[in-house]
Amino acid sequence: MSQVETGKTLLEAKALSRHFIVKGDGGFFSKRKSIAAVEGADVALRAGKILAVVGESGSGKSVLARLLSRIVSPTSGELVLNGETVDLKTQRDLAYASQVQLVLQDPFAAMNPVRRVGHSLERPLLIHGVPEDEISARAHEILESVSLTPPQQFLDRYPHELSGGQLQRINIARALAVKPKVLLADEPISMLDVSVRLGILNLLRSLCDDKNLAIMYITHDIASARYIADEVVVMYAGQMVERSNDTSLINSPQHPYTQLLIASVPDPTKLGAEVVKAPSGGAAAFNLNGCRFSPRCSQALAMCATNEPPMVEVAPGQHAKCWLHASDAQRASVTISNKSKNEMESKNV
Amino acid sequence: MKHLQLPKSLKVRVGLAGLGIFILLTIIGPWIAPYDPNYTGFAQNASPSWNHLLGTTIQGQDVLSQLLIGCRSTMVVSFIAGFLATIISIVIGVASGYVGGKADEGLSVLSNVFLAIPGLPLLIVLNSYLPAGQQTNPLVIGSVIALTGWAWGARVLRAQTLSLRDRDFVEAARIIGEKRVRIMFGEIGPNLLPILTSSLLFTILYAVGVYTTLAFLGLTNVSTWNWGTMLYWAQSNNAGLAGEWWWVGPPGIMIALIGTSLALINFGIDEFINPRLRAGGVSAKIRRASGAPRRPRLGLTPVLHKSTEAGSR
Ligand SMILES: Nc1ncnc2c1ncn2[C@@H]1O[C@H](COP(=O)(O)OP(=O)(O)OP(=O)(O)O)[C@@H](O)[C@H]1O
Ligand SMILES: [Mg+2]
Repeated sequence: MSQVETGKTLLEAKALSRHFIVKGDGGFFSKRKSIAAVEGADVALRAGKILAVVGESGSGKSVLARLLSRIVSPTSGELVLNGETVDLKTQRDLAYASQVQLVLQDPFAAMNPVRRVGHSLERPLLIHGVPEDEISARAHEILESVSLTPPQQFLDRYPHELSGGQLQRINIARALAVKPKVLLADEPISMLDVSVRLGILNLLRSLCDDKNLAIMYITHDIASARYIADEVVVMYAGQMVERSNDTSLINSPQHPYTQLLIASVPDPTKLGAEVVKAPSGGAAAFNLNGCRFSPRCSQALAMCATNEPPMVEVAPGQHAKCWLHASDAQRASVTISNKSKNEMESKNV
Repeated sequence: MKHLQLPKSLKVRVGLAGLGIFILLTIIGPWIAPYDPNYTGFAQNASPSWNHLLGTTIQGQDVLSQLLIGCRSTMVVSFIAGFLATIISIVIGVASGYVGGKADEGLSVLSNVFLAIPGLPLLIVLNSYLPAGQQTNPLVIGSVIALTGWAWGARVLRAQTLSLRDRDFVEAARIIGEKRVRIMFGEIGPNLLPILTSSLLFTILYAVGVYTTLAFLGLTNVSTWNWGTMLYWAQSNNAGLAGEWWWVGPPGIMIALIGTSLALINFGIDEFINPRLRAGGVSAKIRRASGAPRRPRLGLTPVLHKSTEAGSR
């Protein structure tokens, strides 16, 4: 296997969006409305690097992972795999599946309850053209690579006979069976017992280093992102609100949402300090015209409610999508365009 | 299949044994029947004796011979009907649940229509259109019964497929590149097995009832022997009123017994097929003692701690 050089961009998403059409309140006459589950997502996954995507529940992390694995098709945007633009009009094919794999959140649900573990590991090998006589050896090899030994003991088991941590390792093994270059892990530790979480994180880290995998690690737990990630992106209501190409974002958050997110992590050294309530609020709290976070933002400016903020460089390699950090020139351009809009409207009247 | 072992539940064992006996009778019935069921030369209306273990009819025919020979026709028609109806319900139910959308709506309407049509009157109408020669053909009668009996199974299978379709393991199979058809048969299919088997058992039971009823009403060819035609002749000769219990009773008891066997098997079918319930050591008794649900359903893992907690409560 030819090794890709570390840091090379393998999978890139450009302005990827996905809207879901849902019925309003479920009533018979309710209007259909569109939910922007992911909007304008830019991600680059690099060989040998782990990108952490952090965000609260409902921020669109899972949808983003499914978009990248092409299980869900985007409403708009572009995917670039190995420097080539992916034709999103065609069905996802085996070639794509063999390069980009997704590990689902719930290891218990992701395994077929009436099939032996061996089945789940042998199917991907068979589908992706591994000769029949090599299958067994390959299955053993994969299980060993996720530290499940002796392998035969696991192949013959049913999912309900295994622990969550073991199952998640098998889930990861199944994704690795096709030797992908990109691994998307959707909250791989959130359903697991605290005692086995570190093991899974260390496994991801070593897979990333040994096989030069590009990994996207999705989480709502910023502490685990700090532990494992090379780069961090914060999502809010389907948009990326802050990003840094190292973990500096976690130490010096610039976007008010990231600050709130980090403040809500219980800090054992500051016991007794004022507890900041974890940010919450569903789609109802989203502002669709301006900054989506503005209704919950304590520092919001007047313009935040009406104008979408730009992505601004707040420190070397760190960007935040926030008006607070925008230059005067950027703010001024909006004020002017608003003024001219108002003038046009008044003229029309 | 190598991983099917003898079920632990006594009910299922009894049920399987009962069904086994009926299948055996179906095969060897005509050979072990002591007399020709149509022969009318015996003493009439005789109560059971060593020569005629179940007595004779008013025409002087041997009841036991009729019962043994009638078993084959009843069972063959019912099994044909049961399997055909189940195949129809798989095709319609699973397809409708898995494909969804417009196809689902259409197929659902179809099965609802068949569910709403009263089965027996439809059967009587269909049956009366059959050419006379075809009324004794088990395949034809079985198909006609199947046509009226698939809808319930289709609805149940559709609902179950619908709930399985969005499960994570199905998505996981798609992620590794599995094809739709393989997902349907290789991943979803095995999860439908308990419901499928249970639906098959009930459809067979339904077919036994319907076929017997048709024959009892004299709507099939009354010169072929099955339990329904036996009852037809008994009824038209007022055997019940005359107190000839040996004539009326046995066919009724046979029908009740086959029904009981099928129902008993159904009790433990989950345990038989579902690997989670087959799990070594966790018998129904332990499950009950630990307060876990007695009949765990698909998707709910009963977590048992056999060692300490169970006893100390
Ligand atoms: N198939 C769908 N149809 C309609 N809406 C959807 C669908 N899938 C996701 N959504 C919506 O998209 C939004 C983002 O969902 P998503 O599952 O990506 O959140 P998440 O960040 O993964 O949350 P969690 O941390 O709870 O997993 C939610 O508001 C959700 O309701
Ligand atoms: Mg999610």
